[in-house]
Amino acid sequence: MLLPFALFYLVFLVGPLIYTVIAGFFDTSLLRSGLGDFAGLSNYKAVLGDAEFWRTLGNTLWFTVLTTVPLVVLSLVLALLADRFVRGRWFFRFAFFAPFVLPSAVVSLLFMFIYADQLGLAQEAVKWFGVDTPPSWLGDPDWAMLSIAAATVWWTVGFNFVLYLAGLQDVPREVHEAAAIDGAGPWQRIRHVVVPMLGRTTTLVTVLQVIASLKVFDQIYMMTSGGPDGSTRPSLQLIYDTGFVEGRVGYASTVSLLLFVVILFVSLVWFALVRRAEKEN
Amino acid sequence: MRDRIPTPSPPAPSRRRVLRGGLALGASGAAALTATGCGSTLAQGFTGGAPSPSRLNFWNPFTGGDGERMLAMQDAYRASHRSVDLKSATFLWGNPYYTKLTLATLGDRPPQAAVIHLSKLPTLAEAGLLTALHPEDLARHGLTEDKFDARPWRKSQFNGKPHAVPLDTHPFVLYFRTDIAEKAGLLDNKGQLADVDGPDAFIDVLRAAKEVTGAWGGSIASVKDASMQFRIFWSLYRQIGGGDLVADQGKRVVIDTAAAAEALAYIRRLSEEKVIPANTDGKGAITLLTTGKAGFLMDGVWQALAVQSAKVKFDMRPLPRIFKDAPYACAADSHALVLPKAPSAKAQRLDLSLGFAASMLHSSKLWAEGGHVPAWLPTQRSRAYEELEPQSHYATAADGAVYDPAAWYGGAGGTMQTVVGDVVTTVFTGDASPTAGAARLRRELRTLASRPAPV
Repeated sequence: MLLPFALFYLVFLVGPLIYTVIAGFFDTSLLRSGLGDFAGLSNYKAVLGDAEFWRTLGNTLWFTVLTTVPLVVLSLVLALLADRFVRGRWFFRFAFFAPFVLPSAVVSLLFMFIYADQLGLAQEAVKWFGVDTPPSWLGDPDWAMLSIAAATVWWTVGFNFVLYLAGLQDVPREVHEAAAIDGAGPWQRIRHVVVPMLGRTTTLVTVLQVIASLKVFDQIYMMTSGGPDGSTRPSLQLIYDTGFVEGRVGYASTVSLLLFVVILFVSLVWFALVRRAEKEN
Repeated sequence: MRDRIPTPSPPAPSRRRVLRGGLALGASGAAALTATGCGSTLAQGFTGGAPSPSRLNFWNPFTGGDGERMLAMQDAYRASHRSVDLKSATFLWGNPYYTKLTLATLGDRPPQAAVIHLSKLPTLAEAGLLTALHPEDLARHGLTEDKFDARPWRKSQFNGKPHAVPLDTHPFVLYFRTDIAEKAGLLDNKGQLADVDGPDAFIDVLRAAKEVTGAWGGSIASVKDASMQFRIFWSLYRQIGGGDLVADQGKRVVIDTAAAAEALAYIRRLSEEKVIPANTDGKGAITLLTTGKAGFLMDGVWQALAVQSAKVKFDMRPLPRIFKDAPYACAADSHALVLPKAPSAKAQRLDLSLGFAASMLHSSKLWAEGGHVPAWLPTQRSRAYEELEPQSHYATAADGAVYDPAAWYGGAGGTMQTVVGDVVTTVFTGDASPTAGAARLRRELRTLASRPAPV
């Protein structure tokens, strides 16, 4: 079993990764074959001095914050609620998970209709609450990222929800009963018994979510293509634009590698923090 | 569930057998590929050989209405060339299309013919991806200079040699509702718009239309449409006489910031005086016109059928001459047929490909119905085209067509359109002043120009 896997792993993961590392040191171009001229560290220097690189990285981190917090909190809340139902539980599980199976293109299209200017549901909805001139949800630099984050939360909350549901199955009934006998109310049981016991699940959910959010591309590319005025452009789109639109593969490789380092760094820091917290307990 | 006797599973194939089987399958597949010659596209993909002699692979980025007409034009070719096996592939237009075309050509597996935008030609030709065409070869198929519109023909040249066969010019034009214009008293006795030229005259016209519609005078896409904002800026900037934005294939920035600020100030006036809304996307801009909430629309000619399908009274004309400081100008681009450089003459199929290009041009009338101004003069000057309304009403716009600045980061859907268009949008919506916008344009273009070119 190992050989086919190793082959695929080499051809489709290790190989491209090595190529990326190498191309980052060359002025590789999409419009010419071969690696191109040796560039040394000039790509790295240029990327680190490129305001657009830092801005897109900022956008990516902002998106990560905007999505990770609600996606962790909301999925926990939904899982706790859905778990309380005895009859019709399957329906709530299905209903909350359903959006996650939609392809990114469908979600983007759906929300482009909802966020549409003048004709969209979202503008109409805020008008009911007395806002006369609703913002252009995807056209206003102040709102575009928030709008995309909201759509993303709706779309992907189901995945974390399922992980939490699985975690909840592992909380033994006896613990609930013991806490109830000791006089803990439902809210206290959740706060002091269930949530702490879900600690490992929370770690997993958060790490997976942070990594997923740092890799955001599809829905932003389809809904705003990074606009308006670059206010939603994530790092991955900078890589795509420089690599495939402008054909500067060497530069794009450098950016990808740096993004890879950032994601690795964020994940490691998170794991280290969690490990320490677990030890202290 | 009590002790259930497990049903014996069929003996699992050993790893070795599976591998051997897989290898055998692969080998027989390869053998089959060689056996059928290099007939199939799949085989060509693996071996890199030339397709069978009767095969013509053609790539284009046309979907929607343009796509339908392109299919009809291909059918016309098939009907007259029964021996040719024309295989056409349609891609979504934009950067993914150019990426695929580039990689296929670099990988020695290009289509024999493909459609490109002429604004992309300098970059593609400089990268050596296009076959240079010789006048005598072109003449063999009746494709001579005198039969083409001058501007697209000139733009098809690279280093003094033709590298493309131009199909059309598609300028940025003005749509207007004839019923609204009539009510506003803007039409002369021939049904033409009377006084639209000049900065104040155009705004007066828009204001008059606004009084009739009760909502807006005109519309243009500004939300999520940097390219459209680039087009209006580029048109006005050229009319003011700003000249080029960049020179030396994009390595030097030559923008005239005074002219840029003047063009931006006028664009700001359109939204500030509330004759054009500053928060409309592409579809919304068309809807405003077709629902009678705006009397005018500034858009590309390729929307002609979209507007026509709304079954409202409308007409089209070239973009007004707002500024008179330089020859008339309006942003435009052209579709053209190119022959991506093939690894061998056998794979290139020069005459087959040129014959196909000629056939496409002979179907120019069909193509023109979609809004594009035909580059093929025998069609452009024909009675049939003249009778095509409103398409023939803006054919003169092609004479003022200005292409995107030649730069590796320029051209249809390129970075320059996004960068410049984004700045124009911030001025149009009032987030930045025209002078600040012009200064930022120069700054952004300098950043682009300072980057090492990939060609």
